[in-house]
Order: sequence, then structure tokens, then C-alpha cells
Amino acid sequence: MAEAKAPDTSATKGTPVGRRVFLGMVGLGAAGVVFGSKAQDWLEHVLAPITARDGTGLSTFLPVGRFRIYSVTGDLPSKSVADYRLKVGGHVDQPLELTFADLQAMPPTNLDKDFQCVTGWRVHNVKWTGVRLGDLLTKAGMRPGAGGVEFHSFDGEYTESLTLEQALRPDVIVAYSMEGKTVSSEHGGPVRMYVAPMYGYKSCKWLDGINVVAGRPQPGYWEERGYDVDGWVGKSNGRDDNPTS
Amino acid sequence: MVATTTQPAERERLLRFDGAERALHWANAVLFLTVMSTAAILYVGPLSAAVGRRELIRQIHVWCGIALPVPVLVTLAGRWGKGFRADVSRLNRWTKDDTRWFRSLGRDPYVQLGKFHPGQKLNASFIAGVIVVMLATGSVMNWFHYFPVDWRTGATFVHDWIAVILFVVVVGHIGMAFADPEALGSMVRGWVDARWARDRAPRWYEEETGSHGQADILAGHDDAGD
Repeated sequence: MAEAKAPDTSATKGTPVGRRVFLGMVGLGAAGVVFGSKAQDWLEHVLAPITARDGTGLSTFLPVGRFRIYSVTGDLPSKSVADYRLKVGGHVDQPLELTFADLQAMPPTNLDKDFQCVTGWRVHNVKWTGVRLGDLLTKAGMRPGAGGVEFHSFDGEYTESLTLEQALRPDVIVAYSMEGKTVSSEHGGPVRMYVAPMYGYKSCKWLDGINVVAGRPQPGYWEERGYDVDGWVGKSNGRDDNPTS
Repeated sequence: MVATTTQPAERERLLRFDGAERALHWANAVLFLTVMSTAAILYVGPLSAAVGRRELIRQIHVWCGIALPVPVLVTLAGRWGKGFRADVSRLNRWTKDDTRWFRSLGRDPYVQLGKFHPGQKLNASFIAGVIVVMLATGSVMNWFHYFPVDWRTGATFVHDWIAVILFVVVVGHIGMAFADPEALGSMVRGWVDARWARDRAPRWYEEETGSHGQADILAGHDDAGD
């Protein structure tokens, strides 16, 4: 090239804003990891009036007050309402096999409560409709000596359990409706447990079996991997969340 | 014969991105689009239900995320990264003109910009930050049992918010690229029309040609890259 290139001054002159933006993000990111669990509740309160008035639906994509979807099998199992069957058996006089419509025909219980995950997120005021687990157990007729209830998921993997005393609480339901609609596949539909006073892992998704046992029930999937068997919100797993029920 | 000549400058080209930079850009683009589309499948309920195969999608997301810094590091490291390293310096430094351009939202007519305008500079810094922060927070989320419970919540919080902002930024980036075909074209073929450079990046035009836009531009650049 005949003409000498002018010295490249742009690289050395000027304020290193780029570096500041980069380091600022790294700093904010680190602060967010350490304090994020406290910041997210505050942010939810700040954003609530805005998201409530949002007509576009875009705010549903914001990471506030959202469910996170977990599955232990690597897939989201699904079953149509028509094909759905719930078996109630074990230590009972009258084993049941119920359709979705059978469940709907029973006296419904509505709960409007928070859903708290043991990993930290919480969804406020979720509207559930279902049948009290206690009503189902009564219908099946528990035999003397029944001590607990085990839940089975049609994902083929997940299990959960409650003591009989926990199972008979009025805020423990077999839920078929969430926010006014049939529980969707990613939320564990068409039918799942909702154990209001406990962390989310106690609320078995994709429920297809309820087994009454004599004595203590088997611990569930996550309990065998270290979670507390009695998963009360705020009183287990080393967490101090506000109670949900 | 009529003496009018087509002005030579009109047809001249300047090399804007060498081969290594273009390869880096498109490797990044493929990885980003992959992590973002798998993120959408994992995050948006109806998409999750429609696609299923959650574990597979998660694996793709995690491994492409881990691979994200690789193209940048490989390009920075070698002899082939000369052009990229020079551009990183350009992207880092903000001149007085950049600040004026930014304050006037690009409307100040007297601003003389260099090779990159402040929006591009912000975009580049943001993407660099995104790669590091998402890798760190994603690692806490993926290997959560090695970290305190609260960190998992905090990492998820940061990861999600940056993802939402990233979506907006990337959509904006792609939109602006299509609004300026010459700029987009230079990320494919390497060169830009010198007139574009004179209009849009006058300081860079000076640097490259040593002229203020009157003298002819020497076609001294080979667009085949390094």
C-alpha cells in the first residue's frame, strides 16, 4: 500500500466504557447470585402493579412469579383426560379406579395458596381445585392399621408419600384444575397432588396411583436423595420461607 | 468517447471483517441461537409441553452454553486474531463523539464515528458479559449441589433476567442488521463499499485510507482475510 496507514489511535484513545460495562455485569451477576433470593421477592412486589395491568401478555415471559418445570425422567409425560385413570388401593376395603369425570363428580375443594419450591422460587396465590385426599381415602375405606399413603406418578419414576395424619389435612388435595383450567402436562396434569403446607416436591405430578400402607410409608424420590421427608414450608430442608398454608 | 469516468472511489471496497472475525461471528450466532431456542423450550410452558424431550433439550442447552466462550478464546489466542483483537480495542474505547452520538440518540449531525457506533459497542460489551455471567450462573444451576441453596435461587434469578434482556438485544441486533444490508453483507463477505464507510464510519475511513474522503481509496485490502 503506497499510502502509509494513519496510526491506529482509536484503540488507545477514549474511555474504556466497554470494559466497565463488562466488569459491571460480572459484578452485578455475582451480587445477584448471592443476594438474588432476597431481591426476587422485592422485585415481584415492585412489578406486580405493572404486570397486573399488562394487556399484551408479554409480562408472562418475565421471570417473576413463574413456575419452573422439573421432571425426573427427562421428558414430560402426558395423558389425555379421556384416558386418565386414578387407582386407589393397598390397605383399603374397596380399591377404586376413578376417571377424570369421577373426580369432578366428587365434592370439590378450592385452594388459593402459594406454591413454594425447595429450590427457592415461589408462585403467589395459585388457584387449585380438586378432591380432598381424605375424601378419597374415606371412599376407599381404610383398613385398621393404615399409617401412610404413597403416591405413584405415571412418569414411571417419581414417588412421594405422606403420613396418614398429613394425608387427612383439609389442605391436601388431588388437584385436577389449576387457575381455572385442567392441570396442563408441564404442571403435572391432568391430575396431580397439591400438598399446600409443604414444599413442591411433596406434590406428586402426573399422579396415577395412591397406595395406602400399614405403618410408615416409603420415603419419596427426592427424600431418598436427601430432602426432608416432612417437607413443611419454612420448617425443613434448612430453609426459612414463610408458611404457605 | 465521453470523458466522464465512473469515480473510482465509488466502487472501492474496504475490508471490515477478516475471515477469522466472520467465522467467530457466525460460530457465536449459531451457538447463541441454539442456547436461546432451547432456553425458550425449557422456559415457556406450552413450548415445553409441545416439544417434550426435556432432558435432551437441557443437555443441548448446557453443552452449547459451555461451548460459548470457545470461539472467542480461540480467535483471541492466535496469530489469526489480529483483526479481532484490534476490533476488541475499538469496541472497548468510547470517544467524545461516541458519547455525543449516544446522548443525542444518533441525531447529532456533527458526530464523526469510528468503525463501530456506540450501539454496536454496547452490544459487544453486553454479549461479552452475557457469556461470562451466563456460564457462571448456569454452572451453579447445573451443579447446584456444590453450592449453598440460596446461590441456586440467586443464580436462577440472574440467569433468567439476563436471558430476557438478551432476547430483546438479539432481536434488536438482527433487526438492525436487516435494516442495513451493507453492514450485514460485510459480515458475510468481509468488505464494505467505501462510500458506506465514508458516511457511516468516517473516522475509520480516515484510518484506513489516510484521506478525508476526497482522495481515492487504494484497493489495498484483500477480502480473503488473513
